[in-house]
Amino acid sequence: MLRFALNDGLVEVEASSGLPTLDYLRDEAGLTGVKHACREGDCGSCVVLLGQPENGAMRYRAVTSCLLPIGALDRHHVVTIEGLNRRNLTPFQSALDAEGASQCGFCTPGFVVSFAGFLLTAERWDEQAAIEAVAGNICRCTGYASIIRAMASTLDRIRNRIDPAEPRIPALVRKTLLPEYFLGIPDLLANLGPAPSKKFPSPSQVMVSGGTDLYVQRLDELVTSDVFVLPPSVETPIRVDDIHIYLAGAATAEDMKTSGVLAERIGAIDRAMSLMGSLPIRHRATIAGNIVNASPIGDMTVILLALDAEIGLIVEDTRRSLPLRDFFLGYKELDLRPGEMVEWVRITAPGDAAVFNFEKISKRTHLDIASVNTAASLRLDRGRIAHACLAAGGVAPIPMQLPQTADYLCGREPTAETAIMAADVARSEITPISDVRGSAEYKRLLLGQLILAHFNVLFDVEEGLVKEATA
Amino acid sequence: MSNREIAPHTRGESMFVGDLPDPPGLLHAAVLASPVPHARIVRLDTTPAAEIDGVECVLTAADIPGENQIGGIVHDEPLLAEGAVHFVGQPIVVTIADTPRRAREAAQAIVVEYDELPGIFDPRQAAAAGSLIVPSRTFSSGNVDEAWASCKVVVEGHAESGGQEHLYLETQAALVVPQEGRRLRIVSSTQAPTAVQRIVARVLGLSMNDLEVDVARLGGAFGGKEDQATPWAAIAALAASILRRPVRITLTRGEDNRMTGKRHPYSSDFKIGLDAEGRILAYEATYYQNAGAAADLSPAILERSLFHATGSYFVPNVRVTGLSCRTNLPPFTAFRGFGAPQAMFVMESAIVRAAEVMGIPPKVIQQMNLIGEGDAFPYGQRAQEGNARRAFNEVLERYDVASLENEVAEFNLSHTLVKRGIAMMPVCFGISFTSTFLNQAAALVHVYTDGSVSISTGAVEMGQGVNAKMLNVAAHSLGVDPERIIVETTNTLRVANTSPTAASSGADMNGRATEIACRSIIERLRKVAAEILDTTVDQITIVNDRVMADGKTSELKWERLVSEAYLRRVSLSTQAHYATPKIHFDRETEKGEPFAYHAYGSAVVEATVDCLRGTYTIDRVGTVHDAGRSLNPLVDMGQLEGGLVQGIGWMTVEELLFADGRNLTDTLSTYKIPDILGVPEIEGHFLEDADNPNAVMHSKAIGEPPFMYGIGAYFAILDAMKAFRPDRKTFFHAPMTPERVLMFLHGDRLQASTEEIAEAATVFQR
Ligand SMILES: Cc1cc2nc3c(=O)[nH]c(=O)nc-3n(C[C@H](O)[C@H](O)[C@H](O)COP(=O)(O)OP(=O)(O)OC[C@H]3O[C@@H](n4cnc5c(N)ncnc54)[C@H](O)[C@@H]3O)c2cc1C
Ligand code: FES
Ligand code: FES
Repeated sequence: MLRFALNDGLVEVEASSGLPTLDYLRDEAGLTGVKHACREGDCGSCVVLLGQPENGAMRYRAVTSCLLPIGALDRHHVVTIEGLNRRNLTPFQSALDAEGASQCGFCTPGFVVSFAGFLLTAERWDEQAAIEAVAGNICRCTGYASIIRAMASTLDRIRNRIDPAEPRIPALVRKTLLPEYFLGIPDLLANLGPAPSKKFPSPSQVMVSGGTDLYVQRLDELVTSDVFVLPPSVETPIRVDDIHIYLAGAATAEDMKTSGVLAERIGAIDRAMSLMGSLPIRHRATIAGNIVNASPIGDMTVILLALDAEIGLIVEDTRRSLPLRDFFLGYKELDLRPGEMVEWVRITAPGDAAVFNFEKISKRTHLDIASVNTAASLRLDRGRIAHACLAAGGVAPIPMQLPQTADYLCGREPTAETAIMAADVARSEITPISDVRGSAEYKRLLLGQLILAHFNVLFDVEEGLVKEATA
Repeated sequence: MSNREIAPHTRGESMFVGDLPDPPGLLHAAVLASPVPHARIVRLDTTPAAEIDGVECVLTAADIPGENQIGGIVHDEPLLAEGAVHFVGQPIVVTIADTPRRAREAAQAIVVEYDELPGIFDPRQAAAAGSLIVPSRTFSSGNVDEAWASCKVVVEGHAESGGQEHLYLETQAALVVPQEGRRLRIVSSTQAPTAVQRIVARVLGLSMNDLEVDVARLGGAFGGKEDQATPWAAIAALAASILRRPVRITLTRGEDNRMTGKRHPYSSDFKIGLDAEGRILAYEATYYQNAGAAADLSPAILERSLFHATGSYFVPNVRVTGLSCRTNLPPFTAFRGFGAPQAMFVMESAIVRAAEVMGIPPKVIQQMNLIGEGDAFPYGQRAQEGNARRAFNEVLERYDVASLENEVAEFNLSHTLVKRGIAMMPVCFGISFTSTFLNQAAALVHVYTDGSVSISTGAVEMGQGVNAKMLNVAAHSLGVDPERIIVETTNTLRVANTSPTAASSGADMNGRATEIACRSIIERLRKVAAEILDTTVDQITIVNDRVMADGKTSELKWERLVSEAYLRRVSLSTQAHYATPKIHFDRETEKGEPFAYHAYGSAVVEATVDCLRGTYTIDRVGTVHDAGRSLNPLVDMGQLEGGLVQGIGWMTVEELLFADGRNLTDTLSTYKIPDILGVPEIEGHFLEDADNPNAVMHSKAIGEPPFMYGIGAYFAILDAMKAFRPDRKTFFHAPMTPERVLMFLHGDRLQASTEEIAEAATVFQR
């Protein structure tokens, strides 16, 4: 029996835990304001807010309900568009109306929910941040300009009226941006008591972390399954000690994006992760899922490969660890034993002389899968490259390190000539195939260009590159 | 001026077909579609499906009581395949079950054996094999063959433009509920309720009066629900009429993308001749339209390509030929612009190639050749106004294009790996259905005794704001507060024999019909008012819910006037019909006046290319658009911005890919449309003092024209690419994906020629 708060009330649901939340909301709960246009996380029409108590306050995240197993709702608060309505239009709804920011209207509830997620969590009333928060919502009608205007005018309205530092929910309620019942949700949830804990899946159970790969790939099977929903990692998913940075398997892409540890010790991760999925996807997408899904272009995987991560696995009480690069055996083939879970990923904290860069090219810059992605982690010593580790995705059946390129680089100065030669080496050690993300020739060419881009970003070798290109 | 549709949208309260409450006994239909592009069906065994628990029945072509034929222009498309299949995604069997999942499971259980036949996917191959949907057509004016001799410059080339998925967010859907006797009520997500009614009647062997088609709103359409909503309504109706139970069908995104048609890919040849200054003297083009496996609307779309062959330009000698080529792909269909964007892309390509050869900016050729008042289009009609030039010049001024160009040039001098580009894009678009008979509309207006008003028209609300416009027209024509008025669903019982809501003309024609209906009611009410106020009719007007008599506000209010009229047994309802006057076209001579008028505008598009990575951004688009006297500026600005972004998508990231007839881009993860982070800053302006006596309240239609500003995105990117590689010959192959950009910029690292890069950017057919 699942017990959770749905909008302003408590519900108890008897359902197989794999049922997508979307189906429950529309078919069982009759909440047809929740739309769907893709069922694979790519349109945002189905976005809901998922709330849970964290450090004494409710914390809400926008997530795509089409990829969310209902089993993940236990003891949570789920908010749909219906749960955001007040008797009159909220200021954002009015702004959409005033700007003509809805045409066919099919996408509109999703935008309203995503924007509410932004209002609940924003650190500043920043327009660009608001745009990024709704970037997982696709609109085919408006061209977005009017939606951007509506968000801007709403933010103008609250900028001087809500201090980002004051308790957020009461402030939003006061300014009619949220319905009042939000204030009572913590008490409502407290009545439910703790969720029954379950530590290991039964052998036949599918393990779901974020579900953002599983529900795209195996929906029909999961709908009626009793899946094992792995617990989210709440407290410090990413931490550091003297030598290592530890990332919990359950750490999400958004955890990585916002991690102070990664920003400080590695750098460039925030930007890199902003190219992965959309906020509702990043809220759910875990490192473990990214690795175990074994897609040849997993962004987190490629980053971790370039940092030469080690992966920690657990089944019952047996633990083992191995270099991540050895985990991938072939296309979607892993060194993973039955029932084994990814518990953590560990990287050696790079020293001050280390630099890191990530490049990803996709047809559409955001919310798209890479044609090719690559990460480079380099350490300099007296003007020469002392250590190099590079990885690339989309260029082989597995996400791979580029050992020959790294070998070539070691001991050389980080110049344009070095970059150009390294690009040649990189092109020669990959085996891309033609698919919807690009032809093999393109991917080969592209990886070389991205090696140049690593050098250009890290060492500003533009002049040398141009000389070569025009030669 | 607001749009009353929006508030419920923002609350999630607007109902789409899939949101309607389940009627008691509801069943769900699913479709088994062909997995192969061309084959004979050797064996079809539906028993495994029928045996699944919860499956009510399984229907094949043999179960169709009427005619198994849904073709409109040409009768060449069965509802359910019989004996052979002609494209991947062609419906063969319908399964009906208690849940949608079970219906799909049943469809998958069906056993079909195919004897595969060779498929044709390339329109030029189809043309070479003589596989045309209809005979080719040629429009000509002047004498092209003689004109070449007097040209200083003559250039030839190819242009390719890809297909485009509509990606309306609401997938195709219909709900059919049996009524008494053999009658059915059909709720369909269609732009063409009458087409649904007509085709369902044909398929079921019923009369049109047995069927009611009702449409509240569509979750986007863009042309994709003009002809292509019909099969799904027909499938649900077939099942409902056989089982006498309500049946709903809703396609999944994947099904929708695989089974339904999209914008036509075109492969074209062009030849353009100019004098030394850049005046275009002659233009010749051949369009190979990839029509897919059935006619659908292809011939009409090709016709519009021919009408728009010369874009916004006056060219004295023209010969353009269109071939609608039958291939083994899903029948391509209407999409915003309806063939005009494809033709205009070819024209702009020709200009850019000519400019390249002449060593002058394309803008010089564009500006010199804009069509002026009184100039004739190749089909004989003359431009009624000089708005092509006005809009172009206003863009130059308003956005200070000369300075922008300097800025871009300076930027490109001082930057090596990043280049900027700029392009102008003028648009001229003929308004009216090119099939003259479709240019009619009707409205039904009821004034109730309490003074409230109900408007029904043939126009379907799909986000384009037609309901808001009808409300504006009615409130204005009646002189009452818009709050009194409701615009009803589009329903074939209330308004019959409707034209599809398409060709940008929904508001134009239905607005006129509404205006006529309101006026005739007002005429009657004025008589009543004159009697009551004891004055003459010509002294009576109705403004703001009040009767004005002899130039003064009287005591007589709208409610009392209405109830007085009722008591005097005066009709408070009217049905009115409007037919666009004067238009005509002779398909023998290919000459006439097919359009009520033209809509004009211009845009300047700026782009930046990262020449290291081959990526780009469209930075800013400034437009000046001719909306006449806009009926509703809020709605029209939405059409401008939305259409523009769709056009940019078509030219940039939206890449429709097929391999052996299979759609490789049938999901949102593989087919990318513009997202909020990828759209440019848009400045939309309407041409000032633009009058249009030819449409309702002097407005101009706006649904389609802004789409074509997006073509400028291709050329702005190309301009930036040329700044990096001035040595390379430009290519015209849309969409301009990052792959094509990088191959142009650096492909020679792989020792490929420009031609190969342009043509073989990927291994797939497009
Ligand atoms: C719209 C959209 C956009 C996306 N964009 C990107 C992108 O830009 N870049 C990118 O790299 N990916 C992208 N993805 C893919 C996906 O989000 C990531 O791969 C994500 O990290 C998967 O994590 P998850 O927790 O959701 O995995 P799940 O779907 O829950 O699981 C995936 C696999 O891992 C297994 N698994 C999960 N957790 C564990 C564990 N702890 N131990 C062992 N096995 C486990 C599951 O059983 C399953 O086999 C996108 C997905 C969507 C839907
Ligand atoms: S339905 Fe598209 S994101 Fe869930
Ligand atoms: S308003 Fe139609 S999809 Fe956004």
